[in-house]
Amino acid sequence: MSGFEHHRKSGRVIATFSGFEADLLRSLASQMIELLRNERAEPPGPSADPFEALMVEFSGATSPPDDPVLARLFPTAYPDDEEAASDFRRFTEGGLRDGKAAASGLLIDTLEDAGLPPELNEEGLVIDVELTRAEADSWMRAFTDIRLALATRLGVEAGDEDYWHSLPDDDPRAQAHDIYEWVGYLQETVIEALTS
Amino acid sequence: MSAASPVEVEPTLTPDEITFLAKPWVTLVWDDPVNLMSYVSYVFQTYFGYDKKKAEKLMLQVHTDGKSAVSTGTREEMERDVQAMHEYGLWATMEKAT
Repeated sequence: MSGFEHHRKSGRVIATFSGFEADLLRSLASQMIELLRNERAEPPGPSADPFEALMVEFSGATSPPDDPVLARLFPTAYPDDEEAASDFRRFTEGGLRDGKAAASGLLIDTLEDAGLPPELNEEGLVIDVELTRAEADSWMRAFTDIRLALATRLGVEAGDEDYWHSLPDDDPRAQAHDIYEWVGYLQETVIEALTS
Repeated sequence: MSAASPVEVEPTLTPDEITFLAKPWVTLVWDDPVNLMSYVSYVFQTYFGYDKKKAEKLMLQVHTDGKSAVSTGTREEMERDVQAMHEYGLWATMEKAT
């Protein structure tokens, strides 16, 4: 696990993952895509205003998503102006969802093109990825979305590292937090590679 | 009747920074416990084209003050900036400059 590096000769941002690491990244990115699609601008329940339901169907959501992860990914742009906030959401959320799903999709495609099989059952598999600057930027945005999702589910707060490290190793939350930190580490190395 | 005075446009300003609106809009980026300081600074450099020094100053302001006004302009421009910040996963809002 050494993260990303800038390859001087080719100008690419490169990294080598174990099969397990690549499979884990694919799983996280797939979950992100599923989350983005599942709660896609769901029409409100039967008691809701039929006009509002139509607006959602045709032109996008106007109110913040219920899921706290999605609410964090698509913040309210105008905290003090509900009408402007609804308009902004209607015109931007669909495109933002597509962009985020595309970033996670590119991450999966890159790993699979680099040799990650649909089912990981080979030991000692090594996955080499080589990214252009634009692809590295996209991977970094996917890392951000994954970290925001993990942190929101876990309830990560500023300066709480000691708490997470005090949990027993077999605690699933501790394991999820380890993954959160690992993706952060990967992200840091992409930034270093891009700015070196 | 008046003659144009020989005043030169201040060359250190970019068109984005010149406005005749009484109250322009600002894009605010808020602190969150997740995004890395290096990432926030990278986004400010990449998207806004700020140099490293300015990007880091704004990033530190987000970190210590809880928020920072990272760009100023028309409402339409700020909507574009807020949308771009959301693309990068930063928590951004907009409001009229005070």
